[in-house]
Amino acid sequence: MSAVFEQIFQVGFLAAIIRIATPLAFATLGEMFSERAGVLNLGIEGIMLLSAMTGFTAASLSGSLWLGVLAAVLTGMLMGALHALFTVVLGLSQHVCGIGVTLFSSGLAYFLYRLIFGQQSVPPSIKGFQTLPIPVLSDIPVLGPAVFNQFALVYMAILAIPLAAFVLYRTPWGLSVRMVGENPRAADSAGVSVIATRFQAVILGGALMGLAGAFLSMAQFNAFTFGVVSGRGWVAIALVVFGRWDPWRSAGAALLFAFVDALQLRMQASGLGHIPYEAFLMLPFIFTIIAMAVMSRNAVAPSALLKPFRREER
Amino acid sequence: MPLPAPLIEMRGITKSFGAVKANEAVDVSVAPGEILGLLGENGAGKTTLMNVLFGAYAPDAGEILIQGQKVRISSSADALAAGIGMVHQHFHLAPRLTVLENLLIGIPGKAGRIDRAGGLARLAEIGRQHGLTLEPDLPVSALSVGEQQRLEIVKALFRGARLLILDEPTAVLAPSEVDGLFSALRSMAAQGLGIIFISHKLNEVRALTHRCTVLRHGRVAGRVDDPANTTSAAMAQLMCGHEIVPPARGPSTPGADVLTLNGISTSRHSGTALRDVSLAVRAGEILGIAGVSGNGQRALAEVISGTRVPDVGQMTIAGKKVTRFSPPEVQALGLGRIPEDRMTTGLVTNLPLADSMVLPRIGTAAFSSRGLLKPDAIRAFAEAQIKAYDIRCPGPMTRAGALSGGNLQKALLARELAFDPKVLIVSQPTRGLDIGAARFIHEKFLDMRAKGCGIVVIGEDLEELLVLCDRIAVMYEGRIVGTLDSADATIARLGLMMTGAEGHS
Repeated sequence: MSAVFEQIFQVGFLAAIIRIATPLAFATLGEMFSERAGVLNLGIEGIMLLSAMTGFTAASLSGSLWLGVLAAVLTGMLMGALHALFTVVLGLSQHVCGIGVTLFSSGLAYFLYRLIFGQQSVPPSIKGFQTLPIPVLSDIPVLGPAVFNQFALVYMAILAIPLAAFVLYRTPWGLSVRMVGENPRAADSAGVSVIATRFQAVILGGALMGLAGAFLSMAQFNAFTFGVVSGRGWVAIALVVFGRWDPWRSAGAALLFAFVDALQLRMQASGLGHIPYEAFLMLPFIFTIIAMAVMSRNAVAPSALLKPFRREER
Repeated sequence: MPLPAPLIEMRGITKSFGAVKANEAVDVSVAPGEILGLLGENGAGKTTLMNVLFGAYAPDAGEILIQGQKVRISSSADALAAGIGMVHQHFHLAPRLTVLENLLIGIPGKAGRIDRAGGLARLAEIGRQHGLTLEPDLPVSALSVGEQQRLEIVKALFRGARLLILDEPTAVLAPSEVDGLFSALRSMAAQGLGIIFISHKLNEVRALTHRCTVLRHGRVAGRVDDPANTTSAAMAQLMCGHEIVPPARGPSTPGADVLTLNGISTSRHSGTALRDVSLAVRAGEILGIAGVSGNGQRALAEVISGTRVPDVGQMTIAGKKVTRFSPPEVQALGLGRIPEDRMTTGLVTNLPLADSMVLPRIGTAAFSSRGLLKPDAIRAFAEAQIKAYDIRCPGPMTRAGALSGGNLQKALLARELAFDPKVLIVSQPTRGLDIGAARFIHEKFLDMRAKGCGIVVIGEDLEELLVLCDRIAVMYEGRIVGTLDSADATIARLGLMMTGAEGHS
């Protein structure tokens, strides 16, 4: 048994946690911004998929990975704007529109992918992002190779966490976001445009979801398949609740989920082969359900979440 | 003394909603340093007028002048820029954000960051100027209602308001808090601010304001230049268009106990728990329950209504012991209830009025048989009550939420009184109602009293309790600290007991 644990807990394991956590962190922060402004974005799963597709396509056609990332981010922002148009401007049901955005984005991703690449027996792949060791820091024992010998997008995710916290808690815009998510009428009477603030927050969220998609198809798998997201968007929605709508806690939740996911991958590969691998696959999700049940009992959602804002009501 | 040039002037404001003229050619002006009372019954157009001034509605006609300059106000941002601040009846605060964050919303930052130091300095300055101090880093949810209102006032001053509009600010305050508010408002006026004080509590208007404008049916019904020396009756007549005589409560001839509570205590699930509460209400008497909000009145109302089971103690209704404490049980024993919050526990705002009016008795033979509703009986019942109580609405199938507060309260009263309750429990029966509607409700209570019904009135408006009740019990921290005959009770004495001092009758 100890051999199994030795195999599990090593530098490669820590690095795997960070890699698995990266798209989740982007997606969770994106969903968090949207929800802090009062807009649930169930389009996240589809937005990640479509971004993964556009990012991969742009990178593969242009040969530039960063152009791919840009395409993915723009895709995320565009789909975020679509969701905001329905839910913020028109005030439609956030559940229904979110699921609509996911279905539409997924369908569009399949359609465009087939149109551009046709049907191939082996899906085309690209030479994705390579690890980028940071001088000096990557020489720190254990932590160095695990954290500072990663893809550029991983570093971006790590930087995105304090940046998100700074924007949310220290800037006037972040205060407006929190206010329109708690009491839009108060923001309105203080001269803040509720519609504009929510629109911006949902689009920023979309951009972060786009980054999550870009990471999946250009750093993690280096190819686009229809299963490239496989529920990570839904997990992010749960992680936002688990993280109590706070950037640090949400990122922590992503890390915790990634830990369980990395653990189950190692367990699959280790000597526990007599257990069907599907059992291990379930682990992170079971963990999510349990963690949600235990931790989210005291979690209080932004008061105006799911509530459209209309000005002249009488 | 000649008044200085007006700070703000509204001329010929007209605003219609469909066929309803909410405001018609209304002129209002406020001078610097002046406190103007804006009086009127519900639906007279006070709130519409202020919403026009605050930029929420565009007027159909008329103009607004600030210090003689014509301005266009088409959003709250415009109003704030013009120096107009508004304290709404329902606070516009985010409970989970801090005091300072609620103040800084919409204020540009410094170098892209929230200007915390500047905000703290400004908050301290306002605190010094007007005695309005607040703890900057507390979340708003930790503040009392009075403090939240203070925050709303500070918020307006923070934005440099020169004119402050307060929409029924005293409706949410305890008597002791009202004095604090008034002295702050006087201090602000003394420093040259203009204040519009919207209310229909005439004694407050007389105590505070320098001048009054009275609205009725959207028009200016009259102006009062010396409110302190004008009688409440004269002002009430301006508001209603006819004389208002307070209902006379004749001597009571109480009969046997119809409701008794003996040693009732509850656990602390939500709000203040009851601690060893005993009281008795006799047939043909009105018992008032006074107290600062949050001292167990809610738990008391819930126990009597059968929606909360006490841990210990007994309750009887019309001589019969209550065993299960369920709403159907207490109802069957003869209890009628009018809940505190009309919109949430009173009725279902999205359903037709008729449905809400039969809801508590929906399972009885009158309105259903063999598990099926009797729509005709329900409709007929609602129609009869609408007629009997003069409930103004297009018909029984109108969405209940579309009715005004006074009409809703009449509907709730009608639905209970139609079944001749032996005991009636009501909470805040006239909160938010205008004089005419309140008068109507009071008369109905006195009618029921004459018919031998025992009535419990839970209220925070001491004057109302003194007019209405035969005896007044005072609650403090879940106990009854004393009961006074209303002949012996004064506001001062009740106010003292409300702070926990023992009183003996």
